[in-house]
Amino acid sequence: MPTKEEVVQQILEILEPMIEKGGSPAPSGSDLINDFGLESLQVMGMIETLEDNFDISIPINILPGISTVADLAVEIQKLTGDE
Amino acid sequence: MSIFAKFQKLSESCQMLEEKQSDFFKIVMEETLSATEAIINGRPMLLAGTNNYLGLTFNEECIQASCQAIEKEGTGTTGSRMANGTLAGHVSLEQELSDFFGKEKTILFSTGYVANLSILSTLAGTSDVILLDADCHASIYDGCRLGGAEVIRFRHNDCADLEKRLKRLEKRNTNVLIVVEGIYSMMGDRAPLSKIASLKNKYGAYLIVDEAHSLGVLGKNGRGLAEEVNVEDSVDFIVGTFSKSLGAIGGFCTSNHPELELLRYSSRPYVFTASSAPSAIASTRTALQIMRTKHELRKQLWENANALYQRLKDLGYTIGPEPSPIIAIHFSDVDKAFLVWNGLLERSIYVNMVLPPATPGGGALLRCSMSAAHSREQVERIGDAFASLKSSQS
Repeated sequence: MPTKEEVVQQILEILEPMIEKGGSPAPSGSDLINDFGLESLQVMGMIETLEDNFDISIPINILPGISTVADLAVEIQKLTGDE
Repeated sequence: MSIFAKFQKLSESCQMLEEKQSDFFKIVMEETLSATEAIINGRPMLLAGTNNYLGLTFNEECIQASCQAIEKEGTGTTGSRMANGTLAGHVSLEQELSDFFGKEKTILFSTGYVANLSILSTLAGTSDVILLDADCHASIYDGCRLGGAEVIRFRHNDCADLEKRLKRLEKRNTNVLIVVEGIYSMMGDRAPLSKIASLKNKYGAYLIVDEAHSLGVLGKNGRGLAEEVNVEDSVDFIVGTFSKSLGAIGGFCTSNHPELELLRYSSRPYVFTASSAPSAIASTRTALQIMRTKHELRKQLWENANALYQRLKDLGYTIGPEPSPIIAIHFSDVDKAFLVWNGLLERSIYVNMVLPPATPGGGALLRCSMSAAHSREQVERIGDAFASLKSSQS
């Protein structure tokens, strides 16, 4: 099972090309929508990439409870433990 | 903070759109002349953006049946199917749909949206998993949201991605319900249903096919994609609507699982909604008979669809992956899409403008939908208008 830091690192790598130009460097507490300006399609694209990378399926029910990179990392960690 | 503060961003987007594209908010059919013509803002318009696939909204027999039902049974039922809202016509239509699909049970719903809301929210419980195609209709997503099941998306029409997710679920002792559509409403493409049905069988899952846009359009008898690709026995639940090929309003679910009947007592969107008006039931029953017997309507629809699809393809527009009565033209630049959409209105042609986030993959879509009621001359007019506007695209 990957550590939380490893998961955060992967999320940030996936996010990098999606973040609007001029966006600040991304701490794990950054809000995916408000700080990074992600559209819903970009969020879904990011989720698909993470699912492939970690070989998991992320239920869409959990998405409303996720605002930050750290929140997402916690959920992915849980799912990698389950799979 | 006002309760409306959350709509601030939406309000700004609407205002910007209103300033730039005021016509977008002014599409009102002041007078409907036929299945393919209406007066919009005082101007006659050729309609190429309805879902009136068989052109039955103005069918004389359907209108007569509707009028007679109003005279005999009144304008509405004023109650739920579980109370005073079950009329003989509702029961007859359920039986006729069961007979048409060769299924044991059918339940009617007041709209296609309510059908999906009802089935998905009730059928899958908290210990079950729904696997849905990413491009499924909002009613499917909303049904999933209303229920308690775990909901997982798979990439649109990607069977390898679906199988990967089925494999991951294999070790969990859970029911899996796969949800796909016969024809997808935005791009007009079909689900790879043969492969999906074999995956469903291989992994012991259940399968729902929403045939909203494929009923009356696909299959030798118009039963939809499952009939077309000969997998009807592998489909557990077929959901559909009366508001497209059948030209009225309402929805249904049909199945060989006798337990479908239990949903009448357990599905809140079914129990707590007034049943369909007698006029809609009567015209739908007549339209169903017409659809079953007049196969030439489907043939005409496909002639029109193929002709426009080929014309737009030859013109170099970026269109959906396969010929379909839904022909969607994709524009990555929303302003360019509006340029063409406005140009079509100036040429007295109405098509649907679809804006993000409703568009799969972003950008904008000009969504044309063809009807059996379009004449050859009308199809040519639509193609000619797109041809004259080609210079403003790309």
